[in-house]
Parts: sequence; structure tokens; C-alpha cells
Amino acid sequence: MSVTPDLLPATAEIFVLIMTCIILVVDTFTPEKYRASSYILTQGTLLGALLITIGLYTEQSIVTFHNTFILDPLASMLKGIIYIVVFAVLIYSKHFLQQHKMFKGEYFVLMLASVLGMMVMVSAYSFVTLYLGLELLSLSLYAMIAMQDQAKSAPEAAMKYFVLGAMASGLLLYGMSMIYGATGTLHLAEIQTNILDKFETHSLLLSFGLVFIIVAVAFKLGAVPFHMWVPDVYHGAPTAVTIFIGSAPKIAAFAMLFRLLVDGLESLHTSWQDILIILAILSMAVGNIIAIAQTNIKRMLAYSTVAHVGFILLGILSVSQSGYSASMFYTITYTIMAVGGFGMVLLLSHKGFDAERISDFKGLSTRAPWFAVMMMIFMFSMAGVPPFLGFWAKLLVLKAVVVEADMVWLAAIAVFFSIIGIFYYLRIIKFMFFDKAEDSEHLTITQGMAVTMSINGVVVLLLGLYPGILLTYCVQAITHVIQ
Amino acid sequence: MLTLTHFLVLAGLLMSIGLAGIFINRKNIIILLMCVELILLAVNLNFIAFSHYLGNVEGQIFVFFILTVAAAEAAIGLAILVVLFRRRQSINVDELDSLKG
Repeated sequence: MSVTPDLLPATAEIFVLIMTCIILVVDTFTPEKYRASSYILTQGTLLGALLITIGLYTEQSIVTFHNTFILDPLASMLKGIIYIVVFAVLIYSKHFLQQHKMFKGEYFVLMLASVLGMMVMVSAYSFVTLYLGLELLSLSLYAMIAMQDQAKSAPEAAMKYFVLGAMASGLLLYGMSMIYGATGTLHLAEIQTNILDKFETHSLLLSFGLVFIIVAVAFKLGAVPFHMWVPDVYHGAPTAVTIFIGSAPKIAAFAMLFRLLVDGLESLHTSWQDILIILAILSMAVGNIIAIAQTNIKRMLAYSTVAHVGFILLGILSVSQSGYSASMFYTITYTIMAVGGFGMVLLLSHKGFDAERISDFKGLSTRAPWFAVMMMIFMFSMAGVPPFLGFWAKLLVLKAVVVEADMVWLAAIAVFFSIIGIFYYLRIIKFMFFDKAEDSEHLTITQGMAVTMSINGVVVLLLGLYPGILLTYCVQAITHVIQ
Repeated sequence: MLTLTHFLVLAGLLMSIGLAGIFINRKNIIILLMCVELILLAVNLNFIAFSHYLGNVEGQIFVFFILTVAAAEAAIGLAILVVLFRRRQSINVDELDSLKG
């Protein structure tokens, strides 16, 4: 075994790390009026990382850093989506950040650090890398929430997120230590091979470890009954941070779930399947029902996230290739829609006013008809109305549950709760198109925001008409990992 | 003679004390931070015990990483605590109730 690892597969991570340091230094030396340079450098970093990741794309799995890091089609694809999503998030939040005195170098550095954490998580092939990536992501997010010290509720949200997040990391580590004790290794691939012969002798240790790991992942994803932090954090955080927390980290959390349960512990699927069924049903029920009662749009979207997480779990628990790829498709789809939905909240906000109440959307069709149509697309898509993207995501997951897992009852429950969910999505559409505006102030929409929002909406519509484009890649990536 | 079980039971007890502390404590946020540290230390004990009895060093290496991250975590936790105290002049857990619904 050579001492120097092969650095080539990790070029994108190294690039982002170096650029993060450069931006930190450049920002210190640039005067206040050139502050936008850090913003542009951050955008450039994301684009550069995207190019590197595309350039390094291979059909093989390359393992490096002594079997702790993997570059495979799944990792490349999820990383690519993360860059694009964060790029859009930055454009949406620029105006908000400038108005709330958060347009500072630290914010961009923290954002890139969390992107780096997500990249490491997506490429993790051992418990060590998975944990380090997760902590890099979470620690940056805690700091980002608490950064805006004028906001009344932001420090409280940060503290709640911090305590629960740190506890979840502790549970994850405790579970990992059990699995390590049973299998004698920290590498996911070796765990997969060792676990079968250890199952007889160490079944208690393995089940304990598995339960702790699932609880921790459920915390990070925000599945019921470990969802308490989601609405509070989404609500309390500055909207520019909420859009970030609500989008890209979901992809990383999916990757974590997939790497742990499928790459590492798939042999124990008879044990984790039942736990995931309970989590999924509870998430869909609680998320969709409580969302109806919300008056704050950020809280409503938080509960809708919880409901969507239930669907993501449905795909995984069907323990099949098509189920995993449906779940991956759902995660990517959800992220694209969530960025659009939260982006609209940012678009309606102006100085001294955060459009946080659902009633702030009243009469949007007369104030900004084009954006009302965009919001309608996002809401229809989240509700799962054809021909939008969200419909295909739901359909594929349900198909996997029925065909592969043979659990028609579960699919029926999922459909039932999605129908309940349609109510609160349609309520926003009703507010936008059939109610009179309460706020007549002129909307200031920057050009970048308008263009990105339009692209975002059109993508949801076009991918809904041609879902095969995205789906083929998901199926390819998953097929490659499974065999 | 100390066996692996002794260490695992001790780690389990520390873990339970940490978790119970987070849920029972309604007074002071600093105690929450201490409980989080206790959980991480229980995990470290677990890893070292397994590592020793398996004769495999990987677990001990992981512990170094966990210690480092725990230090960073404590720093961020205390920083958030300072921001919170400046805003509210209190670090009482019961008063963290402006966000609900």
C-alpha cells in the first residue's frame, strides 16, 4: 500500500477547499464596496467544481485514500446537482443578504465549507469520512443560522438545531461503534462482506448499532418522530439560510442514508425495512396533516419537507434497484422544487418585510403574473399533479413499493396522505389567483433572480414532460453501485 | 479482570446520562452542551474498548477525529450561546419558546 494516496478522484474537493481559503483571504483585503467580488468568486468556485466533476466522470468506482473515499457515477451525479442547486440558492439570496447585512465573506466561506462537507458525505466510503463530512456540513449550517444577529428568532433556531444535531451525531457515532465492534472494520465495503458471517454471533450488537444509525439518519433527514427541529429551524433561520438548509443538504442526507443502509448494511434489510415503514408512514401523516394548520409559509414548507421525506424513505424501503433509483429521483426532484418554492418567498421579501405569512401571496397574479405562474408550477409539482416533475417522482416511488416490495397497502396509505397534502398546496394557488392583494408595494425583482426563477420553473415543467432524461441517469448511477 | 462488557456497560451508562440530561434539564443551556460532550466521550470509550479487544487500530484513529470535531463543536455551541445571551439576557432552556406551531 503506497503512502501517498491517489489525489485525482478528489480533485473537486481539493479545488473547493483551496478556493474557500482563497476567498477568506481575498475578502479580508477587499474594501467594503467591492464586497461582490467574494460573491462572484463563490459562484466561480461552484462552476469550476462542476466542470471538474464532469471531467472526472467515470463509469467505474475509483476508491482512494485507503478505501475511505469513492468516486462513482452516483457520487458524481449528486455532486453535480449540489453545485447547481447551491448556485441557484446564491442567486436567489443575494438581494436578501444585501438588505439584511449578511452579504459578507464569512457567509460565502461557510457556504462553501458546507458544500465541501456535502461533497465528502456523498463520496464517503468509510464511517470516518461520512462523519467528518456530516460534521463539516452541520457546523457550517449552525454558524450560518446564527450569523444574522439582528433577527429575533435566529439564535434560538441555531441553538435548537445545534443541540439536536449534536445529539444526532452522537447517536450516529454510537451506532457506528457498535457496527465496528461487530464487524471489526470502519469501511463500508468490508462491513458489507463481513456482516453475513458475523450475523449469527453478533446479532444483538448489530441490531443495536443499526437502530442508532437509523435514528440519527432520520434526525438529519427530518423524518417523524425525529422532525421536531425542522419547522423551528426553517421558521427561525433567515430566509436566505432556510432556502439553503431546505435544499442541497437533503441530497447529502439521501447519500448518507444510501451509503449506510444500502452500501454498508444491505444484508440487514429485513431489520431496517420495518423501521423505515413506520418512519415513512408517520412522516407522510404528520407532515401533510400539520402543514394544513400553518399560517407561516416557511413552516408550511417545512412540514411539506417532512412529508416528502416519507416518500424518499418509501423508495429505499422497497429494497430494489428501481426503488433506490426512484428514491434518488425523488430527492433530486424535491430539491429542485424546494429551491423554487423558497426562492419565491425571497422574491416577495423586501426591505424590512419578510413575506413569511401565506397570506402575503394573496393577489400575486395581479402584482407579478409571470411569477405567480412559476409558483403555481412549483406547488402543483410538489402536490404531485401531472404533467409536472413531482408527479413522476411520486409515481415511480409508488410503483417500486407496489411492484418490488409487494406492499399495496403502503402505497394506498401514501396516496391517501398525498391527497390530504394537495389541500395546502392548492390553498396557495387560490390565494395567488383568486384573492385581493393585501400588500400593494411594488416588487423589486433583480434580473438574475427573475431569470433563474424562470429557468427553475421551466425545468420543473420540461423535466415533467420528459422525465426520462433525469431518470436514465438515476437508474444508471444506482445500477452501477448495486452490482 | 476487566472484560469488554465492563467497558461497554460504562459507555452505555455515560451515554444514557448524557441523553437523559438533554431531555430532563430545563434550566441551563450550558448543561446541554456538557451532555453533548458526555455523549461523544461515551462513544470514544466504546471505540477504544472495541479497538483494544479486536486488536485493530482503526477505532483509535477514529477517536482522534471525534475528539477534534467535538472541540470544534463545543466552540460553535458556545459562540451561539453568546449570541443568544446578547439577544435575550438569559440562557434558560424554558425561555427558548418563541418558535412553535
